[in-house]
Amino acid sequence: MIGPSVAWVATETSEEWLVALWRLLTLADYNSRVVILGTALLGCAAGVVGSFTLLRKRALVGDAISHAMLPGLGIAFLAATLSGGDGRSLPILLTGATISGLIGAAAILGLRSTWRLSEDAAFGIVLSVFFGAGVALLGVIQSLEAGHAAGLEGFIYGKTASLSWTDLMAIISAAAVALLLCAMYFKELALLCFDQAYAESQGYSKWWLDGLLMSLVVGIAITGMQAVGLILVIALLIIPAAAARFWTHRLSRQVLISAGIGMAGCFGGGMASALLPNLPAGAVIILACAILFLFSLMFGSAQGMVWRAIRRWQWQQIMLRQHLLRAVYEQAETKTSGPEIAGDFEVRIDVADLMISRSWSKPLLERLVDDAQREGLVTRIGFQVALSRSGWVQAKRLTHQHRLWEMYLITHADVALQQVDRLADDIEHVLEPSIIHELEQLVQGRTVEVAKSPHQLPEPS
Amino acid sequence: MGLDGWIWALDGWILVAAVLCAVSCSLLGNFLVLRGTSMLGDAISHAVLPGLAVAFWISGSRSGTGMFVAAVAAAVVTVFLIETLRRSAGVDRGASMGVVFTAMFALGMIMIVQVADHVDLDPNCVLYGSIELTPLDQWEIAGWLIPKAVVTLGVTLLLNGLFVALFYKELLLTTFDSDLADSMGFSSQVIHYGLMTLVAITAVASFESVGSVLVVAMMVVPPASALMMTDRLSGMLAWSAGLAALAAIMGHGSAIVVPSWFGMGSTLTSGMMAVSAGGILIVCGLVGSRRGLITRWVRQRAFAAQVAADDVLGFLFRLEERAKSTVLTTAATTGQKKSESITAQNPATAAQLSTNLGQSLPQCLRVLSGLVRRGEVEPSGSGYCLTSAGRRRAQLLVRSHRLWELYLVEQAQYEIDRIHEKAEAWEHVTDESMRESLDRATSQTALDPHGSQIPPEVERHNQ
Repeated sequence: MIGPSVAWVATETSEEWLVALWRLLTLADYNSRVVILGTALLGCAAGVVGSFTLLRKRALVGDAISHAMLPGLGIAFLAATLSGGDGRSLPILLTGATISGLIGAAAILGLRSTWRLSEDAAFGIVLSVFFGAGVALLGVIQSLEAGHAAGLEGFIYGKTASLSWTDLMAIISAAAVALLLCAMYFKELALLCFDQAYAESQGYSKWWLDGLLMSLVVGIAITGMQAVGLILVIALLIIPAAAARFWTHRLSRQVLISAGIGMAGCFGGGMASALLPNLPAGAVIILACAILFLFSLMFGSAQGMVWRAIRRWQWQQIMLRQHLLRAVYEQAETKTSGPEIAGDFEVRIDVADLMISRSWSKPLLERLVDDAQREGLVTRIGFQVALSRSGWVQAKRLTHQHRLWEMYLITHADVALQQVDRLADDIEHVLEPSIIHELEQLVQGRTVEVAKSPHQLPEPS
Repeated sequence: MGLDGWIWALDGWILVAAVLCAVSCSLLGNFLVLRGTSMLGDAISHAVLPGLAVAFWISGSRSGTGMFVAAVAAAVVTVFLIETLRRSAGVDRGASMGVVFTAMFALGMIMIVQVADHVDLDPNCVLYGSIELTPLDQWEIAGWLIPKAVVTLGVTLLLNGLFVALFYKELLLTTFDSDLADSMGFSSQVIHYGLMTLVAITAVASFESVGSVLVVAMMVVPPASALMMTDRLSGMLAWSAGLAALAAIMGHGSAIVVPSWFGMGSTLTSGMMAVSAGGILIVCGLVGSRRGLITRWVRQRAFAAQVAADDVLGFLFRLEERAKSTVLTTAATTGQKKSESITAQNPATAAQLSTNLGQSLPQCLRVLSGLVRRGEVEPSGSGYCLTSAGRRRAQLLVRSHRLWELYLVEQAQYEIDRIHEKAEAWEHVTDESMRESLDRATSQTALDPHGSQIPPEVERHNQ
């Protein structure tokens, strides 16, 4: 079982359900108030800290460190029990876990710097060796006195009972300290994430800053682990921060958005688990965060897949239209030869010829022609098309660019004549005026209106 | 010894299962570590949960091949999702692992609560293996009673070994230079997904029998230890397999022995195996032949000693040179013609060496006594001078130094006042073939930029 559970409000009728929803939304119920406020606050702080660890390329540090806390827990329990104290006393267990988490963090940094092991290998080593030690210790404890240690496992996976007032207080203070530290050292942490070498040249010690970030992770992990469970803490340290990356490229906004997503996920997840039967709150919160992540992945304003796909599609349309215009122009060129070509944009071209020239499918060509006609670039007369005046100007420019690039490839890049057409197809759309000018000087030695196609020139002997 | 509780029929099988698991995990783990996906074992160990829930929901039982297949399917889905997020959406690799495995785990939790509320399907049982129970579940194969876990892990090891052996070149290329691999015609994608599918199968086969702690540990720690020993992939594979097996054996032994030191019963084997692997990593990190701290320290000390000795020899050689040229000048002015047989012994005292070389007097004496022991320097009067062996070594050293100076001026356009320091640093690491290259790269002059004679390569018939 992970995470605290919000007692499901048993409801019979839809009216009662609405009342329950209202009570929940207004946080009227003490239990749900504590759980939802506590987790939301934790989500906020974890979102902020997680942003920094993500940008430091250490997203999984929370995973490694929270596992590394287990042996400390075991040792604290053993030490307290053997010295006659209460092994399950929370302060003792928390101290043990914190110390062992900090040792784990130091081990990660040490493995990185001493042996130049990669980040992920250091995480894997610390996670597995520390957790293994913890498992072995728990094994010893269990063999000591069965049953007594049962609470320890619950400690790792979060309590099944709801959050207590003390838990809430612990979360509030931990979150406040974490947020305060992040605000105070925002500039330094930002430097560490983006340009560690520059940060060091500015006199900030890498060890100090990395240590600060690691300690923040330890703080969040220890508070969250015993309140809401290990996996939920790991998720809160990673998912909101990763989701926020889709919305912005600025660190300040990234931190705020990440905090917001963390809070929203906890809030929504907490609500859902209270309203629907038989749902463990921790798992639902993770899923709520994951849903927010998916939404960001799709619609995030900076990196969202949907916008990227739309942009790509738009670009493709532009390319297709430019190819159409050039195809019409080139056909017109072959029909009228000699000096009268200039300005003679009313030559009609068969659609069937166009289709052959670029091996377009019929529906695609029909759509392209329709679109171009709507834009006023071509006019369609039956089975024939002709360029409009503005279409003519554009087509001339595009053809010129295409041929310049072809010529350049032949004369300066030693590309075979048969291949230049395809290569120029890709590049002609992004040539800037300054480059065109340079190409004209380079290839033609002078400025011309439309370069001749290399395919029509006599082969160089 | 404390191994009183050792029963071959039980502990022997546990050991076999553990070694099989450790070796098969570490074989694939090498590639995970080298590719920067070391945390995949941990991610998979959490992400198989929905697969288990689905299998339980369909079959209604918590054992059998259905569970296995479903878990592998879930693991493959996990790997695919992680890779897709990373490639298509540009999510950081660690973050994409974190997002996928926590979400999958949560999904699995909810499914389990729905389909198996209060039924014996505890997510914790996936995370904690029960390697101690492996000997109890046996299959009869050709008249032998063999534990199921040993059979499955043996097959897994065989699969992994075959995969690594058959696709060694492809794995090597795709791991270190995936673009080159693509351009040479093997798809790094195909190899990647093949590797990942095997990782998934290995992980699931191991969870079932020995628990996830061991899988995560064996996929990362022995390969990292092997990195301390070697830089070659083949060497790394061999070392990691050996160290993994050692960790498994040590782990099981210490699970029985260590708690008894504190008067307690034995503990969980898988945890102690992870701890043993960690211990082995520390040992390798200290004395490993490649990156070991102590090894590196010893090498540095040896090099520092060599540099100090080189400096003394070089100084003595230059003294001799100076004396020789004085003698020659005198001989020329006095009309004597004995230049060939002139030997110019010019001993230097330890104090003289100490002031000129910037070494402390005790340090200088230590270096000198070392050189005397090696027969490269001999006491002469109140000072020391070169023996013929010492002169040969010094001559090569000075030759390297002056060739470098010439090269730096001629080929690298260095200012003449900056070349001495560089040549001073490199003369200690310049061997014969490099001297030859330097000689070829510079003009065939006999003088260095400072006007000193560049000594010839080796004078076998020195005096």
